[in-house]
Amino acid sequence: MAKIDLIVRRARLDGKEVDVFVSRGRIVEVKPSAKSLDTGEARVEEAYGLTLLPSLTDVHVHLREPGFEYKEDVESGLRAAAWGGFGNIMCMANTKPVNDCESVTEMMLEKARKYWPKGPRLFPIGALTKGLKGQELAPMAELAKAGCAAFSNDGVPVESTKIFRLAVEYASDWDRVVIDHCEDPYLGVAAGVNEGEVSSRLGLPGQPDVAEALQVARDVLLSEYLDLPIHLAHISCRKSVDLIRFAKARGVRITAETTPHYLTMTEDVLEAEATEYSTLAKVNPPLRTEDDRLAMIEALNDGTIDCLATDHAPHAGYEKETEFDVAPCGITGLDTALSVTWGLVRDGVLTRETFVRAWTTAPCTVFNLPVNTFAPGDPADFFLFDEDEEWTVTPQALHSKGKNTPLLGSVLKGRVKTHFIAGKKIV
Amino acid sequence: MKWLHKDLLDVSQLSRSEVMAIFETAGRFQELQERPVKKVPTLKGRSVILFFAEPSTRTKTSFDVAGKRLSADTFSLATSSSSLTKGESLKDTALTLQAMAPDAIVIRHWCSGAARFLADRLECSVINAGDGRHAHPTQALLDSFTLHQEWGDLTGKTVLILGDIAHSRVARSNVILLRKLGANVRICGPRTLLPPALNTWPVKVFSDLSEAVKGVDAVMCLRLQLERQKDGLLPDLREYARTFGLGLKHVELANPDVRILHPGPLNRGVEINSELADTANSLILDQVASGVVVRMALLFLYMTRKGEE
Ligand SMILES: [Zn+2]
Repeated sequence: MAKIDLIVRRARLDGKEVDVFVSRGRIVEVKPSAKSLDTGEARVEEAYGLTLLPSLTDVHVHLREPGFEYKEDVESGLRAAAWGGFGNIMCMANTKPVNDCESVTEMMLEKARKYWPKGPRLFPIGALTKGLKGQELAPMAELAKAGCAAFSNDGVPVESTKIFRLAVEYASDWDRVVIDHCEDPYLGVAAGVNEGEVSSRLGLPGQPDVAEALQVARDVLLSEYLDLPIHLAHISCRKSVDLIRFAKARGVRITAETTPHYLTMTEDVLEAEATEYSTLAKVNPPLRTEDDRLAMIEALNDGTIDCLATDHAPHAGYEKETEFDVAPCGITGLDTALSVTWGLVRDGVLTRETFVRAWTTAPCTVFNLPVNTFAPGDPADFFLFDEDEEWTVTPQALHSKGKNTPLLGSVLKGRVKTHFIAGKKIV
Repeated sequence: MKWLHKDLLDVSQLSRSEVMAIFETAGRFQELQERPVKKVPTLKGRSVILFFAEPSTRTKTSFDVAGKRLSADTFSLATSSSSLTKGESLKDTALTLQAMAPDAIVIRHWCSGAARFLADRLECSVINAGDGRHAHPTQALLDSFTLHQEWGDLTGKTVLILGDIAHSRVARSNVILLRKLGANVRICGPRTLLPPALNTWPVKVFSDLSEAVKGVDAVMCLRLQLERQKDGLLPDLREYARTFGLGLKHVELANPDVRILHPGPLNRGVEINSELADTANSLILDQVASGVVVRMALLFLYMTRKGEE
């Protein structure tokens, strides 16, 4: 048996008290907590009263470096990830310059190694088309070789179905999945508010749910026709969920993610007295209706939606402190995602199994990332979490540079106390 | 009456009795309009900034006249002279305005919610003179005041709002206020110019103008922004005028003494038959006169609210 170098003592794992044995960055064994233990030379982490969870994986993050370091950079983004419980994060290509050549990918990975040599692990997502312009395919072979884990035009969805089809085909040659931001290019692009009751009264041009669902339908049909996988980003409405359910029943290779905000918030935020026209709730796709919110929860529970992702979209304060029409879309999410979604588990809205699947096994399976299921040989990526610790969402409490969340001022429950990646303590 | 509100963002903030108080105050100022010297010293030494980030001659002049009749000093900050065009943020503009220490700011802005944005950041009263497609409370108040002058009580009257409802802050505020005052509201316009989720509005929706005008007591025409045709929302203006323009034949279907309103400026022959605008049924010029006294009432109520009865 390999020499044990880390033992986590008396952690709470799915209702049981366990000891975790780690060697050379991998799980050796997880067994019921022993009364007394010969720990030998191993480092011991006392975890009594703390919940043990495998590190989460976020497949949809905007880190903003290069180009917009004032919003977020690789260092601050990884810090927010580490404290937020994330062991793997995938970052989108809409930087400046766009991540459409190996030097940009390498630069991101170099920054990550420099500032966070022990993790969390960064997996860049390459652009689907050069400059995200939707005209010519990006050099995906080069990007894959440089370390891109997937491809996406998120930020500027591809307009042409023909180009999109070619991209899906070409990406498959390099064994990478394409992630699509589903948004009809003509129906209320990046409006930031759902077209419906609330937009009607507020007098804001909205984006209807069909703007998303139309593209979901296109992708479903395309994926079936090509027999190739397509991953659908940040799904927000019931119509999309119905289409994905239909696709899965037919065996189409469609996978999908949604975010904590579509599970917990609705368009009503924009009409509430205290938060009327709040640009902090301006996000793309927009917050939808209560019926859509409930559909997202159902879909996550029954597996129609595979994963959770934050769509972490940090912006500077001044960019959001402006008129609704002018403000950029996006909510910062790495710091709050765990508390928010664990809250849904606590309230019985999501099961623990759904939570673990959506944040760890499913995303890692879709994108071929290392996953910890606490089986022998798995990477020792996990964190210890105080379920009951309350914290107020203040700008100071957030590790991300982005303080743009409609949760500002609210009290959340649950805080990461320690986080290990490959058996090394990162926070 | 002690006025409790700091800002006027939309008519939804006002109770029915507050609306009546505004009308009563406006009624008193109306007498003043008939005197040879139309000025009173009520707001002497107070200052009002007219901040119009979107051009408007009518509303701005109306507020200007209202302020001056009450002896307030009015200052204009128009698009061309403001630095908004040079990319200054609304927040910085707000802080600049604040530093000038006015007693009230009248704002017109192309973004829905802009008045609220300013009101949250300024100590002085903010009066919304139109924000994006959202609200135009002073226009709604003057429209209802005009009808109130004609009818007294609006309860049970039926008012048709005609035209481009989707992009109209005038329509949004009028629906809320007319309902508050007990009137029934109808809406008519092409589907491309109607807002989403109209089933949640307290109105009856028509697509056929001849049906819509049957038995109504007033028709409120909205101004059609001619660029809507370029946006693809309309095939052409001729067809619009023939289908949704208010004509003489429509008036015959309405109540015999139907009143016709239009917030101006008119596109004669588009939203409304040109002759019709000049008939005895038309209240279009009364609206302009009401505009001044209603705005006087508002400036008076909002600017004297502190510690005064
Ligand atoms: Zn996106």
